Amino acid sequence: MTATTTISQPLAPLQQPATFTHSADFTPRYWLFSVPAVVIVIGVIVFPWLFTLYMSGHDWKIGGGPEFVGLQNFAELFRDARFIESMGHTAYFTILAVVLPVFFGTAAALVFHREFPFRGVLRTIFVMPMMATPVAVALVWTMMFHPQLGVLNYLLSLVGIGPQNWVYDPNTVIPTLILVEVWHWTPLVMLIVLGGLAGLPREPYESALIDGANSWHMFRHITLPLVWPFIMVAIVIRSIDALKAFDTIFVITQGGPGTASETLNIFLYLQAFQFYKIGYASAVVVIFFVIIIMLSLLLLYARQKSKWNA
Amino acid sequence: MTKDILKPTRRTLLRGATALGAAGAIGSPLVLREARAQAAFNWKRFSGTTIDVLLVKNPRSDLMQAAEKEFTELTGIKVSAEQVPEQQQRQKAVIEFASGKPSFDVSGISLHVQKRMAAKGKWFEDLTPYIKDASLTSPDFNFDDFGAGPVAYARQADGSLDTIPFFVDYWMVYYNKELFAAKGVEYPKNMDEMATVAAKLHDPAKGIAGFVSRGLKNANVPVWASLLLGQGIETTSPEGKLLTDTPEAAWAGELYKKLNRDTGPAGQVGFNWNECQTTFMQGRAAMWLDGIGFATPLEDPTKSRIVGKVGYGITPPGPKAHHAGMFADGMGISRGSQKKQAAWLYLQFMTSKAQQIAMLKAGAGAPGRASAYLDTDTISQSKFGKQYFECLLGSAKVARAALPQIVPVTEFRDVFGVALTNALGGADVAAELKKATETFAPVLVKSEQG
Repeated sequence: MTATTTISQPLAPLQQPATFTHSADFTPRYWLFSVPAVVIVIGVIVFPWLFTLYMSGHDWKIGGGPEFVGLQNFAELFRDARFIESMGHTAYFTILAVVLPVFFGTAAALVFHREFPFRGVLRTIFVMPMMATPVAVALVWTMMFHPQLGVLNYLLSLVGIGPQNWVYDPNTVIPTLILVEVWHWTPLVMLIVLGGLAGLPREPYESALIDGANSWHMFRHITLPLVWPFIMVAIVIRSIDALKAFDTIFVITQGGPGTASETLNIFLYLQAFQFYKIGYASAVVVIFFVIIIMLSLLLLYARQKSKWNA
Repeated sequence: MTKDILKPTRRTLLRGATALGAAGAIGSPLVLREARAQAAFNWKRFSGTTIDVLLVKNPRSDLMQAAEKEFTELTGIKVSAEQVPEQQQRQKAVIEFASGKPSFDVSGISLHVQKRMAAKGKWFEDLTPYIKDASLTSPDFNFDDFGAGPVAYARQADGSLDTIPFFVDYWMVYYNKELFAAKGVEYPKNMDEMATVAAKLHDPAKGIAGFVSRGLKNANVPVWASLLLGQGIETTSPEGKLLTDTPEAAWAGELYKKLNRDTGPAGQVGFNWNECQTTFMQGRAAMWLDGIGFATPLEDPTKSRIVGKVGYGITPPGPKAHHAGMFADGMGISRGSQKKQAAWLYLQFMTSKAQQIAMLKAGAGAPGRASAYLDTDTISQSKFGKQYFECLLGSAKVARAALPQIVPVTEFRDVFGVALTNALGGADVAAELKKATETFAPVLVKSEQG
């Protein structure tokens, strides 16, 4: 209000057209422009969330009516051994699916940052897995993991290593799924970090060389701190991807053998779309949402911190 | 009731003669069209209507879609059919039927998974009045031609028939004749002998497993349930009481564990039917217990290394009974459809004798109609030998539903699937089954309440 009054006062002596002199009324009209966005946000984000919260408080199966049960679904979830187990699997999977691609992706970026023959071609080949559809990738890996007929055991036999059970063993299923994740997503981390490396200034390195620093010192004290904000971006993206990982796991193992690779997403899918327990599944979503919010805040804080350090 | 299915009585022979006629007609669609056109039945009464059909993605649906053109020419009804992969099709059906206004007029369902769910949710029309209505049902249709076993399986507890059981899958044992002959071993005479025969044929050094079957959670339950039929019981009593922690269930679980753990291939705990099929097809397993519907690629030289060496054996008898696990698909008319009568014409056409023979001829599965099996032309031209058809007919005679006819079948398979997987990992079978029964019992009780 104050702003419009200030504008209209000096304009009045100029005898502007009547429409302009009514500019004081424009501010409320501007709100109309935000209406489509507000409607979409309410329809696509706010309403589904409120409805999910509503469903989580009900015993509700598809085909039946909702019955209010308060917090019973949440209480049941924390008594459900499968749910607790799936949380553990999710944490295990997420940590490995973030740490390993970030480590190998950073290493690959450092390699591809240097000049060497056929660098362009090799870099193109390196990023190719990232372009493949996850379901297609998963189907190909499933065939390669076959204990008797898969190519991986054949390759191992060539170097004298006995056959492995890969995803067909409860003890090795998650590390094997991580192998697929590393193969698939290391190139993404490499591209992000490589972008960071490309923008680094040369001066600090020249100064360090004059001061007698070796390669390790330069990496540890110059490259790593300068590129760290980019690595943090990669960590944030990978963490979100790893937490929501579903397609690869579902296609390759369906959460098995037994429940050995059943993550929260697989557990949620079973409750919602196999057992049609919508209320119970909604409670899982609410808990999952809380976990994601907490993790996001942590990562954003870490990213801000890395910016300040840089 | 299932025991008299497909018995070559005078009546069934007469039906067979009709089927032979139909088989001849399929070779010439023109003749078939003319024959139909000459019949008094008015196929054109709903001409101009368009119906929507929801199908599961499989070779049987491919055949139906291939026949749509002929159906439209005959009836003037246009068909908009959609094939969706099995799991997703089941979800789509549940969600759409629950909405009360499904987007399709006709849908296929897996009776072994969704039969009770369909009844409880009142998904389909009762087809009995349609079958009895001479103005709506072609004289050629002859519902009595459908086997007593499949029809009993499709019929709901209240006597209504809401789907036509057009496809049946019997569980049997595929065996590698070459491996059996090499060790001088005969096909097992009973279930206990399966374990001893598998042990004799098991040769890990050569990469040969004596036995292979599904180990993956959920997928493994039909294997155990089929073995349990050998004790003369199913997983639930006729009253709906769980029999999954009984000594008989534990016996079947122990046999399942022994067969797979002692004589199965490495990693079979994660095997679904496709891994089993690949292993068997590559000559890496001596026996494979699964549905007869998976036979087609075994006799395909581009995919299989054991073409011509496959034996087809009826599931051996157990200590107390001889049964083959039965699974079936049905098709019904949505209760919410506005085009029920046109949909009924579609259903008649797609489950007709000609279509059922085409299914058998293409190796796309075992038809629900008895006359299809009496079609000597189809049998003699088939890439499957005489033994395959003997196994099919023999299995039909001893067929019995393997999975429980309850609403939460998927949850049942999940809970007991985990128990069986744990057993394969070395856990005590009886304890695992007891635990699973305790977990599932309240789910079952609740499913019957709401």
